[in-house]
Amino acid sequence: MKQGVVPDDLTRPFWEAANEHRLVIQSCVACKHLQHPPAPVCRVCGSDTVEWKEMSGRGTIYNYGVVHDCPIRLLQEDQPFNVAVVMLAEDPGIQMYSHLPGTPVDEVPVGAEVEVTFEATANGQMVPEWRVVGSSGEGGEQA
Amino acid sequence: MTENAPASMYRTDEGMGLWEHRGKVAAVGVGHSPTARRWDGRAETCVGAISLIALRRAIEDAGVDPAEIDGLVMDPVTTTGAYWPKDKPVPPEVVGAFNSTDNPLDGIAGLSAEWILKNMPELTGIDFTMYGPGCMSNAICVAAQAVGDGLTHTCLVLKSWHNYEGRYYQGGANAGSDLPGTAALHALWGTPACYGTALQFAEYCRKYGKNHDMMAPFIENSRQNGLKFPEGYWASHRPEEITPEDYKAARWIAKPANLFDNDLPIMVSAAYLYTTAERARNMRQKPVYILNHAASNTRPRSLTPTLDEVEADTARTARKIYEGAGITAADLSFENMYDGFAQFHQFHIEGLGYRGMKFGEALDFYQTDISIHGPNPILPSGGNIGCGRSRFWMHTDSIQQIQERAGERQVTGVKPEIAVSGGPMPLGGRFTVWSATPD
Ligand SMILES: [Zn+2]
Repeated sequence: MKQGVVPDDLTRPFWEAANEHRLVIQSCVACKHLQHPPAPVCRVCGSDTVEWKEMSGRGTIYNYGVVHDCPIRLLQEDQPFNVAVVMLAEDPGIQMYSHLPGTPVDEVPVGAEVEVTFEATANGQMVPEWRVVGSSGEGGEQA
Repeated sequence: MTENAPASMYRTDEGMGLWEHRGKVAAVGVGHSPTARRWDGRAETCVGAISLIALRRAIEDAGVDPAEIDGLVMDPVTTTGAYWPKDKPVPPEVVGAFNSTDNPLDGIAGLSAEWILKNMPELTGIDFTMYGPGCMSNAICVAAQAVGDGLTHTCLVLKSWHNYEGRYYQGGANAGSDLPGTAALHALWGTPACYGTALQFAEYCRKYGKNHDMMAPFIENSRQNGLKFPEGYWASHRPEEITPEDYKAARWIAKPANLFDNDLPIMVSAAYLYTTAERARNMRQKPVYILNHAASNTRPRSLTPTLDEVEADTARTARKIYEGAGITAADLSFENMYDGFAQFHQFHIEGLGYRGMKFGEALDFYQTDISIHGPNPILPSGGNIGCGRSRFWMHTDSIQQIQERAGERQVTGVKPEIAVSGGPMPLGGRFTVWSATPD
């Protein structure tokens, strides 16, 4: 099970949206740049007027690794597990991590389409997770 | 109070031209402490105590009068993953064995410049102290710039590491039941430290048609070189080679990174003595001149660097390294780029274009003669994989190779004239160019 999350000022809108099963990403009002992880100001133009924009919840699997030796106590009983990097449909420069629930260990279809789902962490805070919806990429073991 | 070096002391931008102090700063002394896997709790082996050993050895090695030394640049942080438990009492007999500062864990779980000065009464002339936090790679860039700028003329540079009982990275927040929201965006998925590099390596293998087994000769060579480094952990405590079979059979940590792609956390300290080129002439060891130092401050766009981001940045770093030093890749006698995680190394040397290498070619290069006796030495220090986790073997070795006192590790297939070392990560690394001559 994932550790619980205690929202802080910078990330509170992200976590509150997750509890409503919505995925939001920080966006600069001035230059429209999306950024994740969030920051107090836009990393491109420096504007401090940033808002939270709802995403479609679609993306693709960009890359993955398989964790066999996890440093986090609460997750150790789930070893080994996938950790994929998902890139959002709205902007492939924006990445999110995923355990890819439903995808067997080390059978991750790189390039496949995924859609967001929401999962409860140890303290009930919901977190965005991702499930494979297509299989346009190649599966199988890597390296 | 000692402050962190300002960002302006690092050479981060392209187009800065030749380093203004090129060839005017030299490394002249090297001192290493003994190594240990973990702290045994005694005063004489704490991270403060081993730092004093390294510093005194560097002074002795350079043959300078301690009173002549006027600068100290160091890293106050002595771990990235071994935490002093919150509720564990600080052993009073250890604190009491030294002249302590306001922080009872100073010298045990971290190290201030003030602690060093309180415990080295022979350093009577120090009027410049500065932190180059992160790594020895950072501290030596700061020291080189400080000596060049005239802030200090004879400067000790120090980096130390502690390690305790228990598994690295498994204390602190990782043992807890919840995380703050910002940290959670990265940390909630339970990835070990090598995961990011493993990801980049996975993308690299897919892009260039390579595989993990092709790393085996690099790992084998690194450990062989490390076993010829008497100051190293493996040479002094566990003289074990890593055969290609050992490597391929090792357990995964974050596939495609396995146990031997990761380094072993240890206790160790190293110190160097930096001075001006003029003063260096009168010291005991042959001066090793600094031709340039360079830095990367690049941040990834999102959570973890993509291969494109890594390659763009290693290429940019190489341009900065060569521009400031006034050299090209063809001038490098050998390279000593970072390796802890092993899968950093190919990114660094491909960016450098070492021996004409292009992106995607390093793993093929590893299948050729990369030994210290051939014409294309790869990581003669053995690095973190060969010697334990310190992130400074590459610098010590570069100095010793150019001074032609690397002993059994001495490169024989090339004349050691110019070398580059540095790291740790491709994004965010700090690099130094070393030379046998000032011009
Ligand atoms: Zn903006």
